[in-house]
Amino acid sequence: MRKIRVLIAKPGLDGHDRGAKFVARALRDAGAEVIYTGIRQTPAAIAAAAVQEDVDFLGLSCLSGAHNRLFAEVVEELRKQGADDTVVFGGGVIPKKDWEGLRAAGISAIFGPGTPIDDIIAFIEEKSPEDAALKG
Amino acid sequence: MPLSPSELLDRAAAGVPAAIGRAISMLADRRPGYLELLALMYRRRFDAEIIGVTGSPGAGKSTLVDAMIQRLRAGDRRVGVVAVDPSSPFSGGALLGDRVRMQRHAADEGVFIRSLASRGVLGGLGPAAAQAARLLGLAGFSPVIIETVGVGQAEVEIMGVADLVLMVLVPGNGDEVQCLKAGVMEIGDVFVLNKADRDGADRLAAEIEMNLRLADPGFVPAKRIVRTIATEPKGIDTLLDLVDEMFADFKASGEAERRRRVKMKRQLRAHLRREIVERFYEYDKRHNVIEQAVDGLLKGEGDPVAFSRSIAARFSAWLGGLR
Repeated sequence: MRKIRVLIAKPGLDGHDRGAKFVARALRDAGAEVIYTGIRQTPAAIAAAAVQEDVDFLGLSCLSGAHNRLFAEVVEELRKQGADDTVVFGGGVIPKKDWEGLRAAGISAIFGPGTPIDDIIAFIEEKSPEDAALKG
Repeated sequence: MPLSPSELLDRAAAGVPAAIGRAISMLADRRPGYLELLALMYRRRFDAEIIGVTGSPGAGKSTLVDAMIQRLRAGDRRVGVVAVDPSSPFSGGALLGDRVRMQRHAADEGVFIRSLASRGVLGGLGPAAAQAARLLGLAGFSPVIIETVGVGQAEVEIMGVADLVLMVLVPGNGDEVQCLKAGVMEIGDVFVLNKADRDGADRLAAEIEMNLRLADPGFVPAKRIVRTIATEPKGIDTLLDLVDEMFADFKASGEAERRRRVKMKRQLRAHLRREIVERFYEYDKRHNVIEQAVDGLLKGEGDPVAFSRSIAARFSAWLGGLR
């Protein structure tokens, strides 16, 4: 079974990346290869990184409230750059009322503050490509 | 993307980023079709320049590479980067943290950055890095910069992949002592003294010079040592001019050819080692020699060297019997 590759990205201008880094480290400890983009990324830059790194999953973190627009833009950029098969999930400060809209826009799951990391790991195991796994 | 290896390579060579990314994954993961991809790749002409960047963790390699990309792009070069980071021996996962320092180039289609995990390869550089660099070269990126983690000794591997190696050292890091360790001085073509505004820069420079002079009394410091402050950036122009000059010298003197041969030999040897070890593990699976040997050793029936020699002899005989 091959390794799972994950990109963790922070679109927009919000600079709070404790949560993003926490998830990145936890996924590394669960056996994934994780790339972190750093803060203040444009949707185009995130999509370009996802394509170059050929990741299976893309985690978007946003605490500024601009998630609706930004997350949708990232998904659109992924499509434009030929990476439609990337599974996108989100986290940060995202009110429940926005979850349905985000799902419709292509975000497979939202993990708000306080989500047990095991939930994210379970999600990744469930959605992994057939030939990939976190362990083994 | 259910493309054949041939179609994938055509697209990658045409510069399609998604194809390049997927092709690198195919090679790094040894996915079905990768052998065909390799065969096709190596039939194509390859003339990209590969620059290795190595040095201790914390030397500022990624920041340096980021500054190099900036300057190279200003000169219209298309730059490829393969950034290698260690995999955790415990979880098997990895945090690939080099890209974060170069991410401002992400949306520039004249730059392609790929992070790779070492995946248990001792010393960090497995075949995937060389193969990724080759692919990037075929896609029109030159130079291709390979960045590794190094503590000097383990990074001899970089000489099997790069045409020219930058060894990054930092004052106050204990690198003065690193200089004395065998191998470090022989690995670098150019010694980059980064964070050159720190205390101890002069002493480190003197240490490097002394060691280089031991190997070659006629060496010219300005041709081998560059001081940089990658964060400003400072010294990058000088560094890249020196690199260009070196590449030109290599071409003129035949050194480039010699290095190509050395690289190919090293890569072939590394692959052979892997092949042979894999065959041994197949043999062991069938005959359980290792477990039996360990039983004997723990009972005090001999020493590990004698046991290994005996196993190797039996393995050889077994291989002979297969023909």
